[in-house]
Amino acid sequence: MDKSFLSRLTFWKSVAIILITLGLYSVFIRFTGGLGAATNLSDEFPWGLWLGFNILCGVGLSAGGFTLCGIVYIFNLKDFKPLVRPAILTAFLGYLLVITALMIELGRPDKIWHTLIMWNPRSVMFEVAWCVMLYTTVLALEFSPIVLERLGWKTPLKIIKSITIPLVIAGVLLSTLHQSSLGSLYLIVPNKLYGLWYSELLPVFFFISALTVGCGMVIIESYLSSRTFKRELEFPLLLRLGQVMVILIMVNVVVKFIDLMDRNSFDLLFLNRTETYLYWLEVFLGLIVPFIMMNFKKIRFNRAGLFYSALFVILGFILNRMNVSVTGMESGSGASYLPSWMEVFITMAIVSLGFVAFTLIGKYFPVFSEVHTPPNKNSQISKYIV
Amino acid sequence: MKSKAILVDITKCIGCKQCEAACKAQNKLPEVEETKLSATAYTVIDEHEERYVRRLCMHCKYPTCESVCPVGAFSKTEIGAVVYDSHKCIGCRYCMMACPFQVPTYEWMSLTPKVQKCKFCYEKILEGGTTACVEACPAEAAIFGDYNDLIKEAHRIISENPDKYVNHIYGENEVGGTSILYISDVPFEKLGFKTHLETQPLPELTWSALSKIPSIVMVGGTLLYGIWWITNRRKEVVEFERKLKENNEENN
Repeated sequence: MDKSFLSRLTFWKSVAIILITLGLYSVFIRFTGGLGAATNLSDEFPWGLWLGFNILCGVGLSAGGFTLCGIVYIFNLKDFKPLVRPAILTAFLGYLLVITALMIELGRPDKIWHTLIMWNPRSVMFEVAWCVMLYTTVLALEFSPIVLERLGWKTPLKIIKSITIPLVIAGVLLSTLHQSSLGSLYLIVPNKLYGLWYSELLPVFFFISALTVGCGMVIIESYLSSRTFKRELEFPLLLRLGQVMVILIMVNVVVKFIDLMDRNSFDLLFLNRTETYLYWLEVFLGLIVPFIMMNFKKIRFNRAGLFYSALFVILGFILNRMNVSVTGMESGSGASYLPSWMEVFITMAIVSLGFVAFTLIGKYFPVFSEVHTPPNKNSQISKYIV
Repeated sequence: MKSKAILVDITKCIGCKQCEAACKAQNKLPEVEETKLSATAYTVIDEHEERYVRRLCMHCKYPTCESVCPVGAFSKTEIGAVVYDSHKCIGCRYCMMACPFQVPTYEWMSLTPKVQKCKFCYEKILEGGTTACVEACPAEAAIFGDYNDLIKEAHRIISENPDKYVNHIYGENEVGGTSILYISDVPFEKLGFKTHLETQPLPELTWSALSKIPSIVMVGGTLLYGIWWITNRRKEVVEFERKLKENNEENN
């Protein structure tokens, strides 16, 4: 093999290549032997890691796109503009990966177009399907200026820019519906989903946590890309986003409290059961730890501190979705489920694919270069924050 | 045709499994004995507390599977059967995840998998027959008939033998009622039945969220447009004032 190629092969690149190869092998097994050959799913436990992580987390972690679009275009906080494009890119890639994952997870992916012509508006899954389709289209249009600028096509660029506001409004509405409807999916299983998670407010919780993790994802993704692409970090902006994140965490805690009170379910918090520990772990990681961290000036005003606060939010979010979709469903379904290694590899391959695509697009398209916040403006913003 | 039902009297079942065999023959399924519902076993006999309990699709009055299917592959027919159209199915398996009785099963090893469950011998009934399992029962532990008649019959049996039977018809009110009804002399929770089900049909739970979509879209859309209108106007005013100031300074 070419020596120069090998020397350029860094650690993370090799990890990505290995994971994607293992993932492709598992995809091959899934499509030659059926879902049963590749997964540990069963009649009693038909939704597992792929639905919980690839779909629920995938859509949630893409929430930065509509959050930032709303902040910049609807609330007209133009300071945040440098963060919009990376956020849209993350969301667009996220949705494309969710669709890829869906094509592997569905029993009959060849019939996915049925949702276009065979309607059942009483089904949450029907709403989910339409939200995925419509919002991916909106994201493609919101992403298109990045490609059109690179190509230098002026007229289509003008047309897209002239419909920005309706596009953003549609995007925010579709995302609101989509994020919450993923929670609504579980409203139908009051006897299967454990009481700490089952609530009439599931759609509300899914929406609030998606907004929170959307902010967290923008922080993480800005931090990582500033290192990868050796560019300046929009720190004052990220700090403000971090503060929004903390407010959302507080809202989440308050609604959780009210919800447990309404359902008379406080005793569930102290039962000696696996679910109790997982619930507390989720609350601890995703809500308590980042809340405490962000209340210390030293941590908040530190790049790494902000980064780790956001990372905790994301970990807590992932645990929440996995609890709702897997661990919280086990006792009610009378089944135990652990993903097979092929399920794990496909999930990891999809995540790697996301990182690879983000890096490549960031390198070759004008994602970051559009606006540079002048340093004096930065200091003004930080004054405003303090 | 009137809505049909099956009334299973658990006290009478002798566990001969003739119903399992008849079901397999009727649906041309491989003749191997199975202990739980699967894509090749639409009905099985469970043993609890020295009683035999036959499991099969409950054919709910307000089927959860029908409501959750994104492509409408399930439908509740006039005669009470909940039937499945495999041509529509995209394989999302929401029906399996949502079913309160954990009935639908999947052909996991197939490359063109279908959901499988009891079909209530739909075509046989349309021709005026009964289901294969009831036909095969030598102990009359299961009877087939009009839904209303069988509900009356079940109440009659219980009220005539109050010492023998538990005063509950399983399936009369569970999740809004089902077309398969059970009566028993042993409390249902001891027989592996899901006894914590509410009487409310489950589809109402998701509908309460789904029915809010139009209002969310309309109110949300107006609100977002309104916020944009205000913030945008504010921005325009700021810019206008800045220009005015610049002009004044130039004139001075």
